[in-house]
Order: sequence, then C-alpha cells, then structure tokens
Amino acid sequence: MGLSTVTMIYAGMFYIAALVLVVGLVYKIVDYSRTPVPLKIPTTPAPTTRSGVIYRMAKEVVVFESLFKANKWIWVFGWLFHFGLLLVLARHLRYFTEPVWFWVGIVQPFGKYASIMMVIGMAGLLARRFLVDRVRYISTPSDYLMLVLLIAIGLSGMLMTFVVHTDIVALKAFFLGLMYLDVQPLPQDLTLLVHLALVALLMVIFPISKLLHAPGLFFSPTRNQVDNPREHRHIAAWAARLDQKN
Amino acid sequence: MAAAEFDIPKLKDDIEIPKLREGVMAHAKTFPAAKAVQDFMGYPHELGEDWKERAIDKMGELLGKYRSMKVFLDACVHCGACTDKCHYYLGTSDPKNMPVARQDLMRQVYRRYFTTAGKLFPKLVGAKDLTKDILNDWYSYYYQCSECRRCSVFCPYGIDTAEITMAGREILNHVGMGQKYSNEILSKVHKIGNNLGLPGPALEDTLEGLEEDIEADTGVAVKLPLDVKGVEVLLVTPSADFFSEPHVESLIGYAKVFHAAGISWTLSTHASEAGNFGLFNGNYESMRKVAMRIRDAALELGVKRIVVGECGHAWRVAYSFWNTLTGIGYGGDDPFSIEMQKQLDPTYPQPQHICELTNDLIKSGKIKVDPSLNDDLVVTFHDSCNVARASRMGTEPGGQFIIPRELIKSVVNNFHDMADETIGESTFCCGGGGGLLTDDLMEVRVKGAMPRATALNNVVKEHQVNFMAMICAICKAQFTKVLPKYGFNMSMVGGVHQLVSKAIKLD
Repeated sequence: MGLSTVTMIYAGMFYIAALVLVVGLVYKIVDYSRTPVPLKIPTTPAPTTRSGVIYRMAKEVVVFESLFKANKWIWVFGWLFHFGLLLVLARHLRYFTEPVWFWVGIVQPFGKYASIMMVIGMAGLLARRFLVDRVRYISTPSDYLMLVLLIAIGLSGMLMTFVVHTDIVALKAFFLGLMYLDVQPLPQDLTLLVHLALVALLMVIFPISKLLHAPGLFFSPTRNQVDNPREHRHIAAWAARLDQKN
Repeated sequence: MAAAEFDIPKLKDDIEIPKLREGVMAHAKTFPAAKAVQDFMGYPHELGEDWKERAIDKMGELLGKYRSMKVFLDACVHCGACTDKCHYYLGTSDPKNMPVARQDLMRQVYRRYFTTAGKLFPKLVGAKDLTKDILNDWYSYYYQCSECRRCSVFCPYGIDTAEITMAGREILNHVGMGQKYSNEILSKVHKIGNNLGLPGPALEDTLEGLEEDIEADTGVAVKLPLDVKGVEVLLVTPSADFFSEPHVESLIGYAKVFHAAGISWTLSTHASEAGNFGLFNGNYESMRKVAMRIRDAALELGVKRIVVGECGHAWRVAYSFWNTLTGIGYGGDDPFSIEMQKQLDPTYPQPQHICELTNDLIKSGKIKVDPSLNDDLVVTFHDSCNVARASRMGTEPGGQFIIPRELIKSVVNNFHDMADETIGESTFCCGGGGGLLTDDLMEVRVKGAMPRATALNNVVKEHQVNFMAMICAICKAQFTKVLPKYGFNMSMVGGVHQLVSKAIKLD
C-alpha cells in the first residue's frame, strides 16, 4: 500500500520545519554567543556571584520576576500561557517516545487541562492588544497574528482532546516513523491536518521572529552578568586591543 | 535661546498613567552641534549624500560589537510591561516616549535591513526603510531619554532602552547629527580636563577661595590640595562641585571628611572631572579616552586610592567600567592593568565612592558627627538612576541604597523615604540625566521631573520634608532649576555631604 499525497506533504513539511527551526535557532544562538559584551551592564542590584546569577535567571524563567514587578495583568496572562504551554508540550512527548517516559505519563491529565490555561492566557494577552491604548499603539500585525496562530493551535488541539478524537495510535506511528525515517500514514481528519500545519508554520517562524525572546533571555547582559566589576577585569577582545596602543 | 512656552504638569496625589497623545513632543529638538565641535570629535556636521549607507553601516558595526543591542532588538515581544515606566512618558504622554516605542524607532530599521522577516514581510513585522523622517524621530526621541534604565528593571528580558538610545545617538553622530550640549562638553574635557572648561589656574583660585571660606566659617584650616604627589587619595569629582550651588557644599564636606580623618588627599587638574559624557553617546573609544585622564593622573601622582565624589553617571562609569576601560580596579592579568593595579592599596575598594568612605569612617568612629546640627531639616533621599540601577556600593547587592541612607541617618535626626515605588531600583530619574541637562530641552526636563516631584510633594505634605539629599551633580543642577516650577524652593536640594559638612566635628 503506497502512502497518500497528504501524508507525503506533511512528512516533507515537518522535515523542513524541523530543519528550519533547528538550524535557525543554532545560528542565532551561535551568533549571540559570538557577539562580544564589552561592558559590565547588569541591571543592579545584581548578584555578585555566578550562583546568584543562576538563581536570578531561574526566577526570570520560572516565575517571570521582572514582569511580576511591572504589571500583574500581563504577568497573570503571560504566566498562564507559558506554564500551560509547557505542560501541553510535556504531554505531547508521549507521541514521540516509545515506551512513554514515566513522568510524561504522570503529566498527561494536567497537560490536558493546561490547554485551557494556555488559551485563556493568550486570549487575555490578545484582549490587551485591543483594549489598552499603550499596548495597541505598539502592536504590529505580526503581534496579533502570532497570538491568533497560537490560539488556533491550542483550540484545534483541544477540539481533538475533548470533542472529535483523532486516531492517536496512527498519529504516533506517523511521528515515530518520521523520527526513524520510515514514514507511516497520517490520519486524515481536518482538525488534525489544520493543527499540524499551524504547528509547522510556528516552527518555521520561531527563529526569525520575536519568539527569539526565549533564547534571547539567556543572553541578556542586564540579567546574566555577575556584578563584580571592581574585583574582576572584564574586557572584550576588540576593546583589549586599545590597551596595547597605550 | 527663548524656548517655546509649555504647560507645567499639575501635581496630583498619585503618579497617573496618561492617555496617549501622539506627537505632542515631536517638536522637542535639542540644538545640533556646530561644525567646529563635530570636526573636533571626528564626526561630519551635516547629512552627506551617503547618509543612509553610513547609518546602516554604523548600525551593523555596533550590532557586531554589542551583544546587548543585538539581543535587545530581537527579543522584545511588545508585551507592554515597560509602557508606563518612563518618566518622560508619564510627564509628556507622547507614546514615542514609552520605552518600547523608543526602541521600536530603531527596531523598525533593524528589522528592515538585518532580519529575514523584515526583508521579506516588512509591513507584517513593522519594518521600515530608513528615511529622513525616521532620522528626525531618532534625533527628537533619543534626546528625550535620560538612559536611566528604569524600563530595564521591569522588562521580562531585561531590555535596556539606554543601550538603544546610546546606539541611536552614536549613529546620529556618524551621519552628522550630533548634539551641541554633549559634544561641546566632550570636546572641553578632551581639551581642558573638565566638562566646564575650567582651566588649572582658575581651579586653583577657586580652591583657595574655598579654603578661606571654610576657615572663616569654622576656624579650622581645612585644605583642598591640588596636584599633590605621593598622597594617599586622589579625589575625582564632577567639575560642577567646584563652583555650582549647591554642589560646592558637598565638596566642602569631602574636604572636611579627609581633614577630620587625617587622610592625605589631592584633586587633579588633569583629572578635574568625574563626569564622562562618552557614556551617553554609546562610543566606547570616546568614553575610554575621557576615563584615561583619571588613570594618567593617578599614575602621575602616585596615589594609592581613587575616590569618586557625588555624581551618578560618573559613579556608573567608575564602578562598572573603569576597570575595563583603564585598569583601575582589581583582577587584571595584562601589563596595562597590572601597571595601574600594583600601585593601588588592596585594603580598599578601587574605585571607592565618597559615601562608602565617609560611612566607614563614621561607623568605625574615626570621625565624629553631631546630627543635632541638622535638626532644622527633615530629609528625604533621591536615589540617582545610575547609582541605583547601574552600580553598587559596599559588598552586598543593594548597598547603593543602604549606604547613603545609613550615612544620612548618622548625620541627621529626621529622615523619611519617599514612596517605595519611586525609590531604590524603581527610582525616578530627575529628568535631566543622560545628556539632557541643557536649556534647549527645558520642556522635556520639566515634564520628565513630574514623577519625582509628585513623590516629593507627598512626603512634604505628610512629613514636612524640607530637604531632598542626593549624590549626583546632574540631579542637583536639574532639581534646583525645575523644582521651583512645581512650587518648591531650590534650597531644598543638596548633596549628602552637604549634610555631613554641617554635622562633622573638626579637630
């Protein structure tokens, strides 16, 4: 039995999307790490030790500390969205692992309902773009579309979880097949095809859009630098060359 | 020179977030630098045929040199967290004074010329070709940012608009649109040694006059030594301390501290300026050149310690950058920095803030003070932005908030802080920092001071505060000028060492 055209298109689409995502992100991360940081510019008060910086970054990544200081509405919606997304992604790991990892089994029920958190969070963020004059002013078309895309991914996924189930066993076979270069047929219901196409689009957009805030945070000098300029001489290679002219 | 008339904001009980009023500050244009100044600084003085290429090339060069700029231009998600954090937005309601919008003035161009998405779908991601209109927006709004970093505290990715403003100004410089105020000051410090263009003999006269004043006032011969070799401390202080009011009162305070503690010290004509306007323009070489005067003076005079007077951005440069730029600090393993560092006394922090020094002396009992001599005052403390968010004092994070307050409380009996969300890391800029302390930007300065004036007004009403202490020359100059427009007396403004000066016991 040959594979259908739709299966072949989706298989190709995911190979390309994965390639763009990985190559794009690796390129960006290498570029960030190779760009010098000539000066010490942590936003102070800042930690004076490396372990302090790890703690500071962990608070930013896990509980969005700075955003919490800034605005409770954005924080609530943003955190619901991101934490929901994390649980949802963790739940999805079962479609890519055989046998399914122990902890992935545990998060299944949470991941199911986390999708609601995620969509509520994004709806709140989208509403702010329309309702708050300051946020409306700074929003570009891509800011709205990005949220619409993510909400559509969330809703189409929820539709399959709660209303019209797809053939999940066949879907898992399809993705494991992609991973082992042995393409298997993809179930062809409309909701699934829409969900997957939007996910592939998101993967392609990731490395060329504001979604770079994810790796960007780790390279942000105001957050990741140790506050010890009097104790340690910090110097970039291009700046050190100036010292030799003296 | 007459500036256009403008409304002075009414102070309310709270700092309110205004509704947007688009374009209301587009007219604010700082005076451009003239040909002679631009020539001296190595910049063109007018837009040439190739201005656009020059601008884009410079942007590319800076993107390659500064990771901050690259990451900050990529990472913003337009969440809006910073939109109500800038004092200039709060005071003017012009949306381009929202930090993210200020960054977007550059981000739109960055996206168009340096990103795939912006090259392919400019409209979708808000990318725009660089035009003269955009360049004019940069000139307006990059000189309505005091680089105070308040927005960077609240950004979930730590995006610091100051970095973008600095880069914007540097690009403007390279296409021939420099600012008169900053570039004239930089040329003065390069030629003469200080921002005010005060030559050596004038400085000597001023210091002698001050010595006479102090002796007449106290009966004690407190000295203000200049260019003395082999002493322990080189004091580097903003040149405003030499003759501006109320700055000079703090200079007198430092002199009394050194006298009372028996520490030998000197000022330097070559390094008669702690301020470093190179910081404001995002030009590393220019900032380094200004800072090198201090290294050169320290080596020449053979001092063992370098202490910095009350100046906010100077302390940022000294604390955060001197080690990098000049080797003043510790931990260098290259000949350039070892030459400097082997001369310095390792039992003290290098450089040291005058507040660190004085506070240690009082706590250890080496100098005596009588706080009741300040009983006529009810004091509050204005955290200066560069000290608060770009430096430290002492050994612990946040020492820059604790040490000046400890010091103030040891020399005054009545102290009340302003509201929490307006001090510490959330402090509001005076409105005149970052190269904006010029009369041609008076409207920006007055309106930008609204949040601080509101917080001050509340402690005045609640606690009868009648003195706002601070440790920054720009803050002092700005507040004495703009607070009277809000109905405050300019004598409310003064330095922390002005309070020390009154309370210290000589002999």
